[in-house]
Amino acid sequence: MKILVCVKQVPDMESKFRVNDGGKWYDEADLALRMNEYDEYAVEQAVQLKEQVGEADVTILSIGSDRVKETMKKALAMGCDRGVHVVDDTSYAKDPFEIASIIAAFAKDHSFDMIFTGMQSQDRGSAQVGVLVAEILGMSSISTIVEFTFDNGQVTARRELEGGLKAIVKAKAPALMTCQLGLNTPRYPTLPNIMKAKKKELLSVEVATLLQVDAVQETTRMYFPEKKGGGIVLEGDVGNMVNEIINILKDKTGVLT
Amino acid sequence: MKTLLVGEYRDGKLLGSTYELVAFAEKIGADSAMFLVGRESDLPQYNGILYFADILKYSEFNPTAHKQMLLEVVAKEQPEMIVFSHSSYGWDLAPRLALALKAAQVSEVIDFVDGNLVVPTCNSKLRRDVKSKTAQTVVTLQGGAFGLSGEPSGAPTLVKIETDATAQVEFAGYEAVEKGGVDLSKAEIIVSAGRGIGKPENIEMIANLAQALGGEYGASRPVVDAEWTEHNRQVGTTGQTVSPKLYIACGISGAIQHLVGMKKSEFVVAINTDRDAPIGEIADILAVADLKELVPALTEKIKSL
Repeated sequence: MKILVCVKQVPDMESKFRVNDGGKWYDEADLALRMNEYDEYAVEQAVQLKEQVGEADVTILSIGSDRVKETMKKALAMGCDRGVHVVDDTSYAKDPFEIASIIAAFAKDHSFDMIFTGMQSQDRGSAQVGVLVAEILGMSSISTIVEFTFDNGQVTARRELEGGLKAIVKAKAPALMTCQLGLNTPRYPTLPNIMKAKKKELLSVEVATLLQVDAVQETTRMYFPEKKGGGIVLEGDVGNMVNEIINILKDKTGVLT
Repeated sequence: MKTLLVGEYRDGKLLGSTYELVAFAEKIGADSAMFLVGRESDLPQYNGILYFADILKYSEFNPTAHKQMLLEVVAKEQPEMIVFSHSSYGWDLAPRLALALKAAQVSEVIDFVDGNLVVPTCNSKLRRDVKSKTAQTVVTLQGGAFGLSGEPSGAPTLVKIETDATAQVEFAGYEAVEKGGVDLSKAEIIVSAGRGIGKPENIEMIANLAQALGGEYGASRPVVDAEWTEHNRQVGTTGQTVSPKLYIACGISGAIQHLVGMKKSEFVVAINTDRDAPIGEIADILAVADLKELVPALTEKIKSL
């Protein structure tokens, strides 16, 4: 069984962001980078599926500059077998259609039985790439899954809907799943597995060999939202803060009276 | 401009978000037609053409058939924009349609300014202005970003549509919402724990403050996903929607999915170490502090009152 997992490296969302000089994306300097949270669930599900079926080979794919190798190594340490790094220093400027086309161009000759992606990235948050990859490949896809079982080529997944409701959806492999938070419990790479991961194959592919489409949209500007204001910001000594909060609550709400 | 609005039906009910699509079309001054796979006994109040298919025949989740029917309607109406909600239905179906139309899809739109679609980026810390390069554009709208000024009204002109496209995946029904536990929707005071609490043991700290205030404690999604507390305490899109007199968000960054669930709170106190956390946008008080210090101190003080 051949499995593909797509991961993206993103900044930690707690970071202090700055807009870059071009004004169309954030400045990467000083940002802590990590695996897109949704993709951690995708990696974990792929590795669990491999453990379940026994005979399986899990390829991890990531698009970006050299720094994404760090994230790929984590995926390899979590149990993926090999990595494909699509080298692209301007991947941040590519739209979801271009990114999906790159992945699909790689995947089309490899006859993957299952593909896992995150349901969205934490930075762009378009929630398109996974479904687009499946559509380009003509493969079944189920988005936003929070439960996954695989039995002899038959996938049964639960899609997360709003208000706590879940939809039970079945599909036959080959199929693509986009993974929602909470799908499983992503494992921490152990030290022996981190060492083993260093020896795993990590192939580099130039993006130009896979990209055959043009962008369908462009970001014209990135900026911080206007502070709507109104709220009181308290900083400094915790003891003072406690008194201030209590005074405001007494004054503005009926809860401490 | 001409738009095609894709209404939404779930678990046997027309969704109110359908009217947010109408509000968006009004806001941008566009003409509209609507597409809905729903029930004839429960049609939207809408003045315009409604391309309609019966949900009993085409099911609530059959992307292949829904896409095929949408393609027919798009061919007939030639809209410049096809508008979905950014929901489990919309973000699933929109990319499928966009690819078939070779159209750009712009996700989670919150505004339309000078021909630019405005979308949040990086957990709502940043915004992007986006321009489509294709003649037709598929958009999904962030829940709650657009609202009708008045009550919905009107009666649609029905045009029934059909397809013989077969489903690629099989929808096997719903799994009911987990019942029982805590009904946060009636709580007057809620203290909620977010990822910033750091470890499961700190739930107790949050519960203690809630107890001191005579309220309930809730949680954001990451806390529930990590199984630090049970799902029936989750506030947000996929959990409960709450409207207490006082909501204290502890270590919650304020992802839109959480804000949707608690923005009707009368008074919001946010405790966060990150001064730029999006929760600050809707908080009446933002206390920039380590909740592990502030929460116990606040609890003690309230107990002593």
